[in-house]
Amino acid sequence: MSGFLGWIEQRIPVMRVANQHAIQYPAPRNMNFWYVFGFLATIVLVNQIVTGIWLTMNFEPSAERAFASVEYIMREVDYGWLIRYMHSTGASAFFIVVYMHMFRGMIYGSYQKPRELLWIFGMLIYLALMAEAFMGYVLPWGQMSYWGAQVIVSLFSAIPVVGPDLVEWIQGDYVISGATLNRFFALHVIALPLVIVILVFLHIVALHEVGSNNPDGVNIKHPKGSLPEEDKTKYEIHEYYTNKYDIADDIVPFFPHIVLKDLVAFSIFLFAFCYIMFFVPEMGGYFLEHPNFEIANPLKTPEHIFPVWYFTPFYAILKAVPDKLMGVIAMFSAIAFLFALPWFDRSNVRSWRYRSGLHTTNLIVFAMVFVFLGYLGGTPQEPWKITASQIATVMYFCFFILLFIYSKNERTKPVPSRIPK
Amino acid sequence: MSEVSIDANKSPQQSPSDNGRRKFLTVATSVVGAVGAVGAAVPFIASWQPSARAKAAGADVQVDISGIQVGQLIRVMWRSKPVWIVRRSPELLASLSTIDGRLRDPNSENEQQPAYAQNPYRSIKEEFLVLVGICTHLGCSPQHLTEGAMAEYAEGVAEGFFCPCHGSMFDMAGRVFQSVPAPLNLVVPQHMFLDDNTILIGSDEGAVA
Repeated sequence: MSGFLGWIEQRIPVMRVANQHAIQYPAPRNMNFWYVFGFLATIVLVNQIVTGIWLTMNFEPSAERAFASVEYIMREVDYGWLIRYMHSTGASAFFIVVYMHMFRGMIYGSYQKPRELLWIFGMLIYLALMAEAFMGYVLPWGQMSYWGAQVIVSLFSAIPVVGPDLVEWIQGDYVISGATLNRFFALHVIALPLVIVILVFLHIVALHEVGSNNPDGVNIKHPKGSLPEEDKTKYEIHEYYTNKYDIADDIVPFFPHIVLKDLVAFSIFLFAFCYIMFFVPEMGGYFLEHPNFEIANPLKTPEHIFPVWYFTPFYAILKAVPDKLMGVIAMFSAIAFLFALPWFDRSNVRSWRYRSGLHTTNLIVFAMVFVFLGYLGGTPQEPWKITASQIATVMYFCFFILLFIYSKNERTKPVPSRIPK
Repeated sequence: MSEVSIDANKSPQQSPSDNGRRKFLTVATSVVGAVGAVGAAVPFIASWQPSARAKAAGADVQVDISGIQVGQLIRVMWRSKPVWIVRRSPELLASLSTIDGRLRDPNSENEQQPAYAQNPYRSIKEEFLVLVGICTHLGCSPQHLTEGAMAEYAEGVAEGFFCPCHGSMFDMAGRVFQSVPAPLNLVVPQHMFLDDNTILIGSDEGAVA
């Protein structure tokens, strides 16, 4: 390389990084539609950052002005409504693609050795995203912002001894107040986005170190010298990978093959996203809850308090346990168990394509239980729902316990050494 | 793969003449650095505490109750909410249990009061009732109806609290009646007797159960 690009390359490795991580990055050729959600999540993250920056230009983070400034954005700022709906729809879209991305990891065993840390970084992103979404929802200072914050912050009061003091420390006041709103704003626009971007970077670094999994869970990287020449890929792959491994003829370069596939998914995603954003931005009260169109009033509790839909499965678990502290523990355990998934699964077969019917059933039941918990946590309390959410909570945890038990000696099908043609 | 480790970067010729000393210096430097990091974190963590302004606005309220007559209700403001202090007559106290059957939560099982007020009178001293005067339905402030005025809404009950907004009713222990919109008893705030004539609202350290 010579000329201007060469001059740059000698000073900062633009092409080397582009080659190693995109143009000459080996991606399994059998990646299916489940593999688009990581890309979509990145797109949504960019959307949230850009629209978020624009929203901060008109938003005023104070108890007196926040609600009015959101109305100002919606009614008086040119295209303010669009930018705000991009942001609010983006928040729900983020969780939709992240839940799909996580379920993909579960069905194809993408969390298994050697991708445990990749999974952990992903879970950390999910955790940071929940904090980010929660604090963002408080900012418009509507009724549900206020009372949702009240419920979530008071969870910490269940912690023995330090609980009440901790709540005061989080709130910066004796009640949820302007002080709380202001610090949530700071965390929402600076601290957590930074954390999320750094975690996403680490997630990708870890991914490119261990390599992408695929629907068959087959390794594409073989020990050096183990593959005959005709079985090696004919594509030009970066020497970072070929120096360490024999790369099988099971891959395509990430760019353009995977990127183009992702762009198809992106355009389909945009159809759905734009439809919701333009025609049903409130999504019937699921994306933007109706009580939130009324300004926060500390003296008036809404009839029903629900978190936004993406938190409702965990809210159902919280409500299922009659004891407050135990409920909080159960709720956080539900997330902690997900973190530990790579160690609950003791099988060394990754994909559900080659695992037992029991495992497939367990996965599908888990997904259904999660959705059902979401329904229970997001609809008004009724007597039968308490029993139902208790049963569903037990089933949620049973997924992990059962997995731990049967995965040790699971009857799996033989996994091919190469991706089937 | 070429293993890169910190050891590989050490100078090949000279091994340290005194490993123990080097180790001591490393540990000592780390400890001093860690102490410094903890110290530097203090202002950042402490700045999340309620500010002086928030503390002043939320400060405990001291109330002199020596002048309250039997049957009288006084109102004080605490954390921008009305707090009622009522001195109840022995006859009224005796009548409280007679309407238990018409109440949602006669035994105060929902945590709308500190543990020391979870008793039939919902108070520390039987005669002095302390309540946050905010309806548990939608936050209006109920009226105190006396001398039989309550009977208009609740048959046979001479005295109680009636919310003009949506008709919720509470007895003279702040317990909610059945078949009204409010779901819960009125809140008893944290409070304590500093002496026989003074109530402190907002704290209950060393409170008498």
